[in-house]
Amino acid sequence: MTVAHTGSEARIVVIMPAFNEREAIENVIKEVHTALPAATCLVVDDGSLDDTAAIARRAGAAVIELPVNLGVGGAMRAGYRFALVNGYDVAVQIDADGQHDPSSVPAMVAQLVTADIVIGARFAGVGDYSVSGPRWWAMSFLSAVLSRAARRRLTDTTSGFKACGPRAIELLAREMPAEYLGDTIEALVIALKNGLIVDQYPVAMRPRAGGQPSHNPMKSAIYLVRGVFALAVAFIRPVGGARA
Amino acid sequence: MSTFSYILGIVAASFTFIIVIDMLRRQRLRERHAIWWITGAILALIVGIFPALLDAIAAVIGIDVPINLVFFVSIAILVLVCIQHSAELTKTERQIRVLVEESALLSKRVRDLEDRA
Repeated sequence: MTVAHTGSEARIVVIMPAFNEREAIENVIKEVHTALPAATCLVVDDGSLDDTAAIARRAGAAVIELPVNLGVGGAMRAGYRFALVNGYDVAVQIDADGQHDPSSVPAMVAQLVTADIVIGARFAGVGDYSVSGPRWWAMSFLSAVLSRAARRRLTDTTSGFKACGPRAIELLAREMPAEYLGDTIEALVIALKNGLIVDQYPVAMRPRAGGQPSHNPMKSAIYLVRGVFALAVAFIRPVGGARA
Repeated sequence: MSTFSYILGIVAASFTFIIVIDMLRRQRLRERHAIWWITGAILALIVGIFPALLDAIAAVIGIDVPINLVFFVSIAILVLVCIQHSAELTKTERQIRVLVEESALLSKRVRDLEDRA
């Protein structure tokens, strides 16, 4: 079952994991409010050392402050738990650095009629964002494997831009892993293993508005190895996941 | 083997055994963590008291130098303890993560309730 009633009646929460994003977060929150006036904007402050939480609150977002830094996986699990506990139909995951354009969200949410998770995907014909070298090989390899598992073409499986329906919210609130790349690769594997439908919607990426990039280009080779390892472990892990 | 080294082996093994039991008694060590150290100390004590036993077992297994059997068993125990610690650490990290998430969600609820009041 997917979202029965997308559009105006669906209760939407836009979850933004944020770590030291004071420069960008205010604009992103405003854009979310403009694109989706009825949606709740939830900032999960992942133990930031700056005033990200205060700025987000002033900009009109709901804010969860993690007392220590947990990484994107932990922040997102807290976000999905919030969505589950508060009965939201749709949870949209978006980066706080302004890379993702919130105006794509309504179209992604509309696509939840036929899917449980819709990835806002680069390299799908829209936008001119490009990556090269080992990082690109890693991303294409991961996408190729996951496309086979999902039985449809997924071009950007490491994207942090996703819309999730009720079944995905329920699953990810429980099993979103905290591992490296767990919030992207492994979360998708968990979703597929639990019989959820994963699809994508082509989006354009914008340059970062501020903050530190989460990956250094020098680390691309390590990224390849860790990405493949994360994928392999995700596939051999038993369904049901680790219990806390 | 001199009488001194014979005594030293027994004393060292007994000392380890007593320390572990005492820490267990004072609840400074949980049983699940202590079990490996107790096993090691008991083995060391047995071999300390009956060195001939070590030579006999080494001969049966086909180890030419009996002391290598001691190294092998010691390293095996240390490796197992390390793996156990990594697993415990993973579990502890997961529990901390759940607590951090829950505490953050609760403080948001408290904040919202206070704002409403």
